[in-house]
Amino acid sequence: MFPEAFHISIRGPINDFVQSLVVNYGFVFKAISQTLLQAILFVEWILRGLPWWAVFLVFLALAWAASKKVSLVVTVAVMLFVVGALGLWDLTMQTLALMLIASLISVAIGVPMGIWLAKSELMRRITLPVLDVMQTMPSFVYLIPAIMLFGLGKVPAVLATIIYAVPPLIRLTDLGIRQVDGEVVEAATAFGGSPTQILFGVELPLATPTIMAGLNQTIMMALSMVVVASMIGARGLGEQVLNGIQTLDVGKGLEAGLGIVILAIVLDRITQGFGQMSRKERGND
Amino acid sequence: MTDIKIRNVSKIFGGSWKAALAMTQQGADKGEILARTGCSVGLDNVSLDIPGGRIFVIMGLSGSGKSTLVRHINRLIEPTSGEILVDGSNVLDLKPKDLRDFRNRRVSMVFQNFGLMPHRTVLQNVVYGQRVRGLTKVDAKPIGMKWIETVGLAGYENKFPHQLSGGMKQRVGLARALAADTDVILMDEAFSALDPLIRADMQDQLLQLEKNLHKTIVFITHDLDEALRIGAQIAILKDGKLVQVGTPNEILNSPANDYVARFVQRRAGAGEPHHA
Repeated sequence: MFPEAFHISIRGPINDFVQSLVVNYGFVFKAISQTLLQAILFVEWILRGLPWWAVFLVFLALAWAASKKVSLVVTVAVMLFVVGALGLWDLTMQTLALMLIASLISVAIGVPMGIWLAKSELMRRITLPVLDVMQTMPSFVYLIPAIMLFGLGKVPAVLATIIYAVPPLIRLTDLGIRQVDGEVVEAATAFGGSPTQILFGVELPLATPTIMAGLNQTIMMALSMVVVASMIGARGLGEQVLNGIQTLDVGKGLEAGLGIVILAIVLDRITQGFGQMSRKERGND
Repeated sequence: MTDIKIRNVSKIFGGSWKAALAMTQQGADKGEILARTGCSVGLDNVSLDIPGGRIFVIMGLSGSGKSTLVRHINRLIEPTSGEILVDGSNVLDLKPKDLRDFRNRRVSMVFQNFGLMPHRTVLQNVVYGQRVRGLTKVDAKPIGMKWIETVGLAGYENKFPHQLSGGMKQRVGLARALAADTDVILMDEAFSALDPLIRADMQDQLLQLEKNLHKTIVFITHDLDEALRIGAQIAILKDGKLVQVGTPNEILNSPANDYVARFVQRRAGAGEPHHA
């Protein structure tokens, strides 16, 4: 047994801290929660309000723009058709709305953070271990306080998804910018480019394929959080899976699971397509 | 025509540069300083007058500090001590914005591995300096096209760098430096990556430009033949120290020390006819 004398606990202070946050700053979190909820509901309203063929067209157009390959367009069409045929269309749209918002916020946080890490060695040293913690900490550990602060439902689900899914985007943005050929940056500097001109004119465009790979990872990880998110009241495909498990309805669970897989494949192929295209433009393959 | 004066410039790479700098002033050599302080000496008290309007060659083996020296002129590297005067004013006094302006309007540069932006076309690369200056695409285009034609790349303006050969890429690098329309061009081993025929060709082109444009060109090379061919004056560096400055004839006929003599001798040997 480990000696009692060395026993320390951070339980009490942490509990008190979260408690006091809820009591004293509840209104702040409520305001954030409301804003976020409005955004999620808006996207959901659009996706669920659109006729199915309009969503189809958008996806097919994206698939074409990402790859210029008929094969991908056909694959995406077939997959989306399967989702609809399995009766999962509405649920898929709900999940997609959650994914879109989580990915959008992840980009808004992840890309600037990645740039900061690439520019500052100190920031990098501080952040990388934090990212490791974010990725390995079991998600329920931060889901519970998230519920305490933001209430049940979509908002804590989105936040938990972001915490889990944003690290790869930060890492790969950082990596992408660091990998930009030093001589090219030196040349831009030598011709009088300002830090902003170099960032937006040289570093970010050249890092785009790597950043796209990061975005792809982020979306995939976000999708893997769908079931967990449904446990705290987010609706959509995850809820259906959960339902299936709880009622021992294996078929129902599998159907919804298939929907998640299909959504993952479709989003993966489209984002990968965009990444490869920007790589080709650079002439690296 | 812009002249450049380099005054007592030293560059120490490493944390305890103060101790290392003091050691260089007492005449300690590079290896000893590295062993005692962990700092490496890039440049050791170099002073150089680069006259305007000519090609000035800085020569030395790799590690002699020539690339470091040339990067001091546009302050891509900050000196540990000393000053750099361009047309009489000290480059080290420039504030960040003035420094960008100085790099943009007064000094341009050609790089050994070209330093071209792979996501921009030849034309977009060539007009980079002008665009940074704030010129619109439309206004910059004729300037870019003029220099693309001058270096013999007409018809390639919409190609990307990866579609060009090494020699063509370096022409783009040269056109980019020329299109920036600066008095001073720094060329860091600009022709080292090219094969011999294209290299001779580019040297001719550079001599032609010197004649027509009267630019101050600081040219770095490790190749004596190249130095003798294009340099109005040659400075030789060894281990971060300036060994000799002079015209090609002075270097050939009265080498300052054994090191230079050995350089020159090998060339004299190579230059002798194989069949007497």
